[in-house]
Amino acid sequence: MSDPASSDRSVQYGIVGDALRDVVRKVPQDEPPPWPANDQLAVVGKPTPRLDARQKVTGQALYTFDVQLDGMLFGCTVSSTVAHARIRSIDTSKAERHPGVRAVHILDRVLMTASLRDPGDEAKQRYPTVRYLGQPIAGIAATSARAAREAASLVQIEYEPLPHVVSLEEARQPDAPMIFPGPTEQPATAGGGGAQKGLDQKGNLRGPATNTRGNVDQGFADAEVVVEREYRTQVQTHVPMETHGIVADWRDDELTLYASTQFTLSVRDEAVEIFGLDPAKVRVLSEFTGGGFGAKYGIGNYGALAIHLSRKARAPVRFMLDRREEHVTVGNRPATVQQLKIGAKRDGTLTAVRLRSFGTGGVAAGAGVGSCHSTLYACSNVSTEHYDVFTNAGPAAAFRGPGQVQGIFALEQAIDEIADKLGIDPIELRDRIDTRDVDDSKARKVERHRGAQRFGWEKRRPTNADAGPIKRGVGMAQSQWYYIVHKDTECEVRVLGDGTVQAFSSAQDIGTGTRTVFAQVIAEEFGLRTEEIDARIGDSRYPAGPPSGGSRVTSSLTPAARNAAYRAAQELAKHIAPLLGCKPGEVVFSGGKVEGPTRSMGFREAIREARIDTIVQRSRRVPDYEGYARTAGDFQLSRHGIGGVQFAQISVDTETGVVKVERVLAVHDCGRPINPQLVESQIYGGVIQGVSYALYEERHLDGASGVQLNANIDQYKIVGSRETPAIEVHLIEQLGGQSSTDARGVAEPANVATAAAIANAFFNATGKRILTLPLTPANVLAALRAPDERGNA
Amino acid sequence: MSYAGKIEPPTAPSLVGPEPLEIDLDVNGQRVAVKVDPATTLVEVLRNTLGLTGTKIGCDRGACSACSVWLDGDVIASCMTFALDVRGRKIVTIEGLSKGDRLHPVQEAFIEHDALQCGFCTPGMIMSCARLVERNPQCTLDEVRQAVSGHLCRCGTYPNVFKATLAAAASVSGSKEAQK
Repeated sequence: MSDPASSDRSVQYGIVGDALRDVVRKVPQDEPPPWPANDQLAVVGKPTPRLDARQKVTGQALYTFDVQLDGMLFGCTVSSTVAHARIRSIDTSKAERHPGVRAVHILDRVLMTASLRDPGDEAKQRYPTVRYLGQPIAGIAATSARAAREAASLVQIEYEPLPHVVSLEEARQPDAPMIFPGPTEQPATAGGGGAQKGLDQKGNLRGPATNTRGNVDQGFADAEVVVEREYRTQVQTHVPMETHGIVADWRDDELTLYASTQFTLSVRDEAVEIFGLDPAKVRVLSEFTGGGFGAKYGIGNYGALAIHLSRKARAPVRFMLDRREEHVTVGNRPATVQQLKIGAKRDGTLTAVRLRSFGTGGVAAGAGVGSCHSTLYACSNVSTEHYDVFTNAGPAAAFRGPGQVQGIFALEQAIDEIADKLGIDPIELRDRIDTRDVDDSKARKVERHRGAQRFGWEKRRPTNADAGPIKRGVGMAQSQWYYIVHKDTECEVRVLGDGTVQAFSSAQDIGTGTRTVFAQVIAEEFGLRTEEIDARIGDSRYPAGPPSGGSRVTSSLTPAARNAAYRAAQELAKHIAPLLGCKPGEVVFSGGKVEGPTRSMGFREAIREARIDTIVQRSRRVPDYEGYARTAGDFQLSRHGIGGVQFAQISVDTETGVVKVERVLAVHDCGRPINPQLVESQIYGGVIQGVSYALYEERHLDGASGVQLNANIDQYKIVGSRETPAIEVHLIEQLGGQSSTDARGVAEPANVATAAAIANAFFNATGKRILTLPLTPANVLAALRAPDERGNA
Repeated sequence: MSYAGKIEPPTAPSLVGPEPLEIDLDVNGQRVAVKVDPATTLVEVLRNTLGLTGTKIGCDRGACSACSVWLDGDVIASCMTFALDVRGRKIVTIEGLSKGDRLHPVQEAFIEHDALQCGFCTPGMIMSCARLVERNPQCTLDEVRQAVSGHLCRCGTYPNVFKATLAAAASVSGSKEAQK
């Protein structure tokens, strides 16, 4: 698209401290001038405490769980106690009579699950079919949480049981019980997700979704070394500390929803869709959200229930899930089986990649294994084929690096294996094959070498070097994620007559620091400190902000914020210039002052003296200067990515099978880091979740009943303080010349490489491949017993 | 099982409930009277009756420590404690940790070292770290790890919790040295 208001502009491109050069981009004429590198900026690029940290450390931060409204009722779910059944009848009369109960509602539609392409494939029924144990059926609102729970237990449901299957392996078999009686679609909700439309479905197998280029058979014929393995990954659940929840306050003139969410606007849009409301009459507030990691989009079944119950009871209803419901009903990272075969020349050049994968997201489709097999390395012949496998288990949802975490676990081990077979150092091999002409590839090259130096990679010992029962090893793996820009991102900046600067976006802060980075880019333009900006977020009435998902908040929001602030500052300069006896173009905002060539004044003082009424500037996120590779749903994908390289050092007790991760070094890129302290925190989190996924986490379902056996946080194992390794984070500053801030995300890539780096360290330590996650003692001992390539046990 | 001889029954506490009853609690240095039934946990009283929502519930079964408060100076799980059992005992919550506007050194250090992300586990985490620092300002990294070993932080911000707590401990022991 050619824009007449654009002109060629020279912008900096490259990695600070490595190689920076100027490139020419077509840039809209009203764009602010490009920022120099961070070391020449005052606020951006500096570690800055969170604006809301004080509220969080004093207990003043109000989460959805903390909302208390006059006359508020407490909601509770009635869940299925069987894995697969038709419901013959539901009797709520006892529950309705229970003391304290104000409303009961039975769901007529279940959200998050796949739905039949042709509803006629299933006999018409009064109630939705139960397809997993724990599926929400109804809700109760009562004057106390305890009364609601008691009433829930009084609801009598008569089931007509159907055969069920919960394991991926069994569900793949042709004679397995069918979860859906016909082909399905997984609609993308307001928050994303979804699966490719129109795919075949046979039994529980939906697919394949395929991606092919070149001639894979020829590629394998040309190969001088071939590796082929089957990798397995487990189901991981999100476990945010604040469970999913909504407070619904239904009034005749307006619906207010307080939501623990990653996307305020998805909550609004789904409420609008389900209840047929006017979007202007639905307000969503999310002051603080206690974590999400991909699963908190839309209103969910609990949200729909909360709204129905609030409408019936004519009172606000707080509906928070308990920990069991959180594990079972609102999302997980799908289990996978990946059959991966890669061929290479003796110099490491990849000649063919073939992947056949299966994933199960329970009753949801969309259990893919990412795009890395076809996009991380240069290879002309690639074929991927993926099947979703339905099981009678809770629905999957996006989870920090969805698909890619699973895919990289397989791919990066296979690349490590090729390096081992060819006798090429794994870093050297990646230097030869990670050569695509994209920003993330260039970043990874620098990251590999800076990381190797800091980690002490040259001290890496030969495979299986320890003679004793405890063996140590090191490994590395690469991360790759999309550079995403949310389509409709807008924000507003206001300068009030008393010198207050306010900023507004409907975006939410789930713990990443959105509020703070939003304020930081605005502070930079006004020469103020971050804490001097009154940044207001988490309200659907503010200009549309992005979802906190896909690592897209900072990339989408900060350019809009900078542009709005830049324009407001320009407008301000016109008013202030006469006071300083200069031209507007000569006014500089710096260090809390406005400065002209001869005079300077305090920022607030100047605004008061100029008698300025409120200045309001709105700006949209201007598209990337280079444009996008494609648009998918509500987001735009750059041809460039983001990524990182991680190094791990582990010990393996070969007698007990206990693995410890001792040290992780994570080197990452995120374009221009806006707040390195917050970026570092996110990378810590990504690494720790990666260690947790690699070593401990696994949802256990009982095959006979379909019940989750560890739907709590004592038996569902997660890394705690004692298991946290020593983690070093190193950030690179990469200028891409794409937007007025050049910022990109980091949350997902920080999580993508960790399990693979640990798996490669396991090989270095023991000489055996760990093909099954997690690295529990049982899986480790089984891997250690497997014969190695040379036939030795 | 049969008993030989005559055994005096132990003196049983007077039975109360299931109806709500009035009890006095000492929360953050203030005496408060609340009416609760015997099944009510301390965290329910703090949050629902007293509006002290800084104390969180993450699991409601004593496994995540988000509900940590001090009871007579010890860190306890308020989701596993009945309100009736803490009558007359000193309870301190996150809201009572700072002295007016002056934050506890651990709170200050959590801000400076970014020892929080989503912040939901933070109040409980701080109660444990503050107790450690007050008891043992010479604490080591291993002791910090142990002090927060029952706290689940899903955002994975432990490295900064370690840094912050050690920094707070150093500042506390530094100022104690200076007072000598």
